[in-house]
Amino acid sequence: MKSKWLFILLLIIALSGCKGGQTASDGQQDLTVFAASSLTDAFNDLAEAFQAQNEGVKVVLNFAGSSQLAAQLIEGAAADIFASANPTQMQNVIDDGRISAGSEVLFVTNRLTVIIPADNPAGIGSFEDLAQADVQLVLAVEGVPVRQYTDEIASAMPADFKEGFYDNLVSEEDNVRQVAAKVALGEADAGIIYTSDVTPDIAKKVQQIAIPDAQNVTATYPIAPLGDAAHADTAQRFIDFILSDEGQSILSTWGFGPPPNN
Amino acid sequence: MAVKPLQVNLVVRSRSSWQDRVSGFVTVVLAGMMALFLIIPFIALIWRAITLEGSLLASTLSIFSAVMLSLGTTSVTMLLILLLGTPLAYILARYQFPVKRLLTIFIEIPIVMPPVVAGLALLAAFGRRGLLGMPLANLNITITFTIIAVILAQLFTSSPFYIRAAQSRFESLPRTYEDAAAVDGASRWVTFWRVILPQSTQTLLAGLILSWARALGEFGATILFAGNLQGRTQTMPLLVYSALERDLRVTYVTALILLGLAIVAFTLTRWLTGVESD
Repeated sequence: MKSKWLFILLLIIALSGCKGGQTASDGQQDLTVFAASSLTDAFNDLAEAFQAQNEGVKVVLNFAGSSQLAAQLIEGAAADIFASANPTQMQNVIDDGRISAGSEVLFVTNRLTVIIPADNPAGIGSFEDLAQADVQLVLAVEGVPVRQYTDEIASAMPADFKEGFYDNLVSEEDNVRQVAAKVALGEADAGIIYTSDVTPDIAKKVQQIAIPDAQNVTATYPIAPLGDAAHADTAQRFIDFILSDEGQSILSTWGFGPPPNN
Repeated sequence: MAVKPLQVNLVVRSRSSWQDRVSGFVTVVLAGMMALFLIIPFIALIWRAITLEGSLLASTLSIFSAVMLSLGTTSVTMLLILLLGTPLAYILARYQFPVKRLLTIFIEIPIVMPPVVAGLALLAAFGRRGLLGMPLANLNITITFTIIAVILAQLFTSSPFYIRAAQSRFESLPRTYEDAAAVDGASRWVTFWRVILPQSTQTLLAGLILSWARALGEFGATILFAGNLQGRTQTMPLLVYSALERDLRVTYVTALILLGLAIVAFTLTRWLTGVESD
């Protein structure tokens, strides 16, 4: 008798399992957005505003380094939208075929900045000081967009700066927010992040050293719907919302600049 | 007439065997699902690693330096565990003192503690603004982001496995060993080296290998406390993670090396513990 009940129980479990898989209950749409970790705060706000205007839509955000997100998408992770911190990682996903070429738009720009702990243990006063001896420098790992932009800036500097700069590197973090955290904790003497990463919370614990305009680069962020998005219409509406005046003003409160074509 | 009881017997047996068959079937299905779930990822990992295209030549440097760093740091960690863990295990096994139970709990917590929490705790203790790290920083000694941090992370998360094994082995040896040796005029020190240690070699070795496997796989505490830099703090598990976004071949090859080492460690412990219990 026992085994019969067990059998029925298993049958129920199996059947309910089949039913639950595909369609979400009570018609709610889960819009999955893969976004660069530098977009964390801005996209949380954007998602909230978008949800308020679109009943039944829940924006599910997945933040990580753009290179990590691109790797996940290439490995087949299910998503509706990809927002990358540079065109390179977007191109990787386009080359893989999961995003169709031409569907991506640049939606925001960013600048780089040096941060140091509030008490400035290494006595850094300018960008050039990052190459002086005994500075514990933390950067993002190769492949993460902020690192690519950083390398771009460094490559335009004199050779002796480059040498000292990279000699000071003590850790390569897997995304830009980890770089900010290591400096805010006081473990690193300096790190290079986006100006938008200096959130109110981080700003309390660090000082910024501006990178001179002549050396600084402008980071451009592309966004695109996945070719196989489960909610293609909603994905497009979310992208339109980000490009709208309201979306852009949310992004600008978090320190982002307008896209280059505006 | 002799046929009837046989028939009854048959009916009873067939009913019970029908139930047996169903419950047997269910058991096998459930067990099979669990077993497949545990086996398939290994097969998939190996299959992916051998079917990846392209040459590894461009990336052998990062794999080589991660392997060397992992083997070097875990060796130092194992020496430290032997040197510091053995006396601790012996004291815990042979002496009674007030805070012993509390101490035992603290020693075993790292076994069940999430490694990332261990990393945070190490940062709080040895970081530049940490309890011990601050005075050290004033002496111009920084531990975070160095190879020392890698070793400390391994020591913290892996030593409990050895200490626990050693302690329970020492406890299982009768005190009469020491008493008899003392009657013969041998000091405690000599007794430990001549009597206790030879009786425990296999268990200690098995415990040490378990610690080594844990140290080799250390990720969470290392990435938080020691950072991630090729040739300095990037051990094999960190390379598996970092290369995932850069070069999948490096990830899979390093993962295979780690898997191979884990299998070796497992086989050795099984063999060693089997030998001693015989």
